[in-house]
Amino acid sequence: MSLILLLVIPLITGLASFAFRKAQAVKAWALFGSLLTLVVAALSLCGIKEQTHTISYTWLPTLGASFALQGSVTALLMTLLTAIVFPLTLLAQWNKDIEQPHRFYGLMLLAQAGLMGVFLAHDLLLFYFFWELALIPVYFLAGQWGDKDRIKSSFKFFVYTFLGSLLMLGGLIYLYLQTPNGNFDYDTILATGAALPMAVQNTLFVLFFIAFGIKMPIFPLHSWQAGAYEQTLTPVTIVLSALMVKMGLFGVIKWLYPVFPSGTEQFGNIIMILALIGIIYGSMLAIVQKDIKRLIAYSSLAHVGLMIMGIFADTHNASVGVVAQMFNHGITITGLWLVVDMIERRYGTRNMNELGGLAGAAPQMTIALVVITFSSIALPLTNGFVGEFLLFLGIFESTNPNHIIYMAIAGLGIILGAIYMLNMVQKVAYGNKKEMAIADMSMNERLSIYLILAVIIILGVYPNLLLQLL
Amino acid sequence: MTQLVYLVPLFPLIGFLLNGLFWKSMPKKLAGIIGSTAILASFAVSLGIFFEVKNGAAAGQGIVHLFDFITVGNFKIPFAFMVDQLSAMFLLIITGIGFLIHLYSTSYMHDDEGFTKYFAYLNLFVFFMLLLVLGANYVVMFIGWEGVGLASYLLIGFWYKNKEYTNASKKAFIMNRIGDLGFLVGMMLTVYHFGTLSYNDFFAQLQGGIGAQTQNGYMIGSGMTNAIAICFFIGAMGKSAQIPLYTWLPDAMAGPTPVSALIHAATMVTAGIYMIARSNALFNLAPMAQNMIAIIGLATVLLAASIALKQNDIKKVLAYSTVSQLGYMFLALGVGAYVGSLFHVMTHAFFKALLFLGSGSVIHAMSGEQDMRKMGGLGKYMPITKFTFLIGCLAISGFPFFSGFFSKDEILAAAYAKNPMFYYLGLLGAMMTTFYMFRAYFYTFTGNFRGTEEQKHHVHESPATMTIPLIILAILSLVGGLVGLPEVFSHHHLLNEYLSPVVQNFDIHHLDHTMELTLMGIASAIVLIMMYVARVITRKEQFGEAKGLAKVLENKWYVDEIYDFLIVRPLAWKARILNNIVEQKGIDGGVNGLGQLVQWGSTRLKNLQSGQVGSYLFAMVIGIIIIFAIGIFGLLYM
Repeated sequence: MSLILLLVIPLITGLASFAFRKAQAVKAWALFGSLLTLVVAALSLCGIKEQTHTISYTWLPTLGASFALQGSVTALLMTLLTAIVFPLTLLAQWNKDIEQPHRFYGLMLLAQAGLMGVFLAHDLLLFYFFWELALIPVYFLAGQWGDKDRIKSSFKFFVYTFLGSLLMLGGLIYLYLQTPNGNFDYDTILATGAALPMAVQNTLFVLFFIAFGIKMPIFPLHSWQAGAYEQTLTPVTIVLSALMVKMGLFGVIKWLYPVFPSGTEQFGNIIMILALIGIIYGSMLAIVQKDIKRLIAYSSLAHVGLMIMGIFADTHNASVGVVAQMFNHGITITGLWLVVDMIERRYGTRNMNELGGLAGAAPQMTIALVVITFSSIALPLTNGFVGEFLLFLGIFESTNPNHIIYMAIAGLGIILGAIYMLNMVQKVAYGNKKEMAIADMSMNERLSIYLILAVIIILGVYPNLLLQLL
Repeated sequence: MTQLVYLVPLFPLIGFLLNGLFWKSMPKKLAGIIGSTAILASFAVSLGIFFEVKNGAAAGQGIVHLFDFITVGNFKIPFAFMVDQLSAMFLLIITGIGFLIHLYSTSYMHDDEGFTKYFAYLNLFVFFMLLLVLGANYVVMFIGWEGVGLASYLLIGFWYKNKEYTNASKKAFIMNRIGDLGFLVGMMLTVYHFGTLSYNDFFAQLQGGIGAQTQNGYMIGSGMTNAIAICFFIGAMGKSAQIPLYTWLPDAMAGPTPVSALIHAATMVTAGIYMIARSNALFNLAPMAQNMIAIIGLATVLLAASIALKQNDIKKVLAYSTVSQLGYMFLALGVGAYVGSLFHVMTHAFFKALLFLGSGSVIHAMSGEQDMRKMGGLGKYMPITKFTFLIGCLAISGFPFFSGFFSKDEILAAAYAKNPMFYYLGLLGAMMTTFYMFRAYFYTFTGNFRGTEEQKHHVHESPATMTIPLIILAILSLVGGLVGLPEVFSHHHLLNEYLSPVVQNFDIHHLDHTMELTLMGIASAIVLIMMYVARVITRKEQFGEAKGLAKVLENKWYVDEIYDFLIVRPLAWKARILNNIVEQKGIDGGVNGLGQLVQWGSTRLKNLQSGQVGSYLFAMVIGIIIIFAIGIFGLLYM
């Protein structure tokens, strides 16, 4: 039941949002709805210890598709992440005026419903359905709200993802036709995929992987990313980077890796190399960015690269590390975007070369920025450390013949990460430039950011809280 | 008492939280009291632990398990502390000297607006430093290791409005991160082969020596031990400022002077020595790594000492001196004289903290002036500072019967036993040490005052909270050597006996007594001669434009410039090429160009509606995906 609630609450609160006329009311309504979802998500995860929860209803019997949901630990962690990120974002952005708020918040919540569905679906067609349901509201959100170049960037984003979806749809139909009795059920898909001839498996693998790879994104399918992150409003950026990235990774973990073992074997090494290139490439590009949002976009390319490597390293430590990192990365990057947004709203720019002196003007915001930065560069005792540590370990233990070199090169990311993140902190927070009097964090912003800092520290000091679930 | 060890890092943590969370409302006086008391309380507990450990307790007995930190299947990393002779020794140094420096800071930082923040950071540093030495496995050490890096970063850039200072703090963190990657790879190699990161478990497996079987079924080979040892040493290079990763330490002098004393002289920078001494079971099986450590250590001794000869900033002299002294400690580690190295860690902590605090007292009196060319004759205004500084100079130079004499002698004797060349080069370093220290002493405290009238009017001896730590450290610098008397004088090398359960010293074929006395005699004679040379030269030296070698030394052998040319700038232009060409023209540009090509074709063929953004973008993305798919298949079937 709780799994259904996770879908229904955002769906209903989202649809109902369109009916509101007052900005404050719709904000309160959206916050209320997202908090309700958070409670359900937290309870579902607490209840997991008994057993993995699966439910199934008839949906499209003629097609052999059912409304099947499964709350595995990984899935529930991702739903929890989704459920945490929304209220924190809404809270921190409480004072921000958005045009047509009822539509904006409605679409946000619909996207949340889609995300929940992607993580929970246990039927391939249902998965595809939610995949699209998550994308469409985000496309509107990216196209209607944001900076002046948003049309171009959101269209590029749309075309990329739409094409990925088409490829996935093609693969999906082909796979469906191979099932013995025309069925989209997970177990059937699993058995069918693995039994296909190698060449077919490889082709299907590539079709699905491109769809997932665009979402992550993996090098070189990333060229929509920086623009989309840069041009969208912060809540949308957060949905894109903290959550939709995880759709791609989750898709690989659940729907690709186990379904086409031969494809995994064939392409695993190439994908690891692409991910490795992404780590170095993303980090290098982050070093030269002037716009903080672009900097974070490229840093995300690097972080995701490490997670992709972890999936294909095929070791236990790496697979635990991936899930831990997927969760922690979502928390940290949300905090980062929120603080950047606060800075932008106060100074009217995101260009680092025009910023400076935040530490004198807004010390609390600076503390938040510094803590989140160090979480992002995986300092021990922050949440960023444990996932990266396990990922490095897992990649190192991999049976891949180049495992040591891969780990060492991926490790360069921790040096480059320190370079661009500390550059950013120095330019934004330090120095004496324009002692413009700005307001430090407001009450709602503090509440949201302090909760994020608490998660960063608690999961950093006691990571077993997360790991014991996995 | 051992079970209460968690109190040692807990007090500074509480101090950090109190000052850190209530920084807005905290009165200055209270902030200072909280910060200092926290460390004093830790020192008291450390003393108790020390006496307990001293009277027995075999190696590896004192594991205090706090909680499970990382658990993945059977792979467990506990958050556990190891209380033994080695960690207890470091606890005393960290909390003891730490307390003196906190006390000193209450006066030194008194007029700073960031007073509370300062004490919060300083407590945070002590907390992480204690984790570093207390950890019972490499992961806890790594937590402390990166944590002290954070505290160091925050304190170097404490005066954040100055761009140069924040550049220095950034440089320190990034250079340390380079070393940390080595540490991380070393840990990965260890887990991979030995299945553990706990000291006890790891060292027990190493007991078997080369050829023995590890828990994970590998045979211990010298390739494996050397690889792990070298990776760990790379970590140590960063933290303990050895060639090639030393250039951050002189820049780190941007921080307040007591910070330089505590972090960048007495404690944090010795973390690398602690790490290698802790892993002596590993390094004893890694002869190649040992040689590398000895050579790099010795090279660092000479390079840094030569730079110190021509520095005019009093803190820069001390900084390069620290790098050089750390080099001696690595030389000792490299020749297997772990006890000698740890002995020097201890005496160095005394006299270098003393010298830094003394320079701080001078800088305080001179209203922030650090350039020795503008000082001179300060001795008559500040006698306590002058006298204690002199003791520090004598100790670091290895003047007979001062603490540095014994520790340096032990290192040089061990180096001689390994390879006489090491000894001669080490002696050359000692000559330079005496010279640059006394050069600094004479410039600062003797001769005529060269500053402004206003400064002269202002010069005063520092208050008691600053001079008392100086006096205590001076006494320690004077008598600290007694714990390690050489065999010629005493059959009891107290430190050696104390550390013997945890450290397997390289068995030095003992030099005969005549030889050892001769070596000592030579060293002592050299100190006296160099003191005289320094006196003569400081009287004569004009502060003109340096030429030739002197200019090269003044410019630190241009190492920063070389790094800039070889690494920093190429990295920047590579990044720019990737951004401006590969990304914008290549990947993204390719996508856009593909779209345009299709559009161009379509207008020719009039098959597609031209000017429609939809089809144009659609085509371009199809293009890139086809290329990607071809690429991936191409790679596969190559």
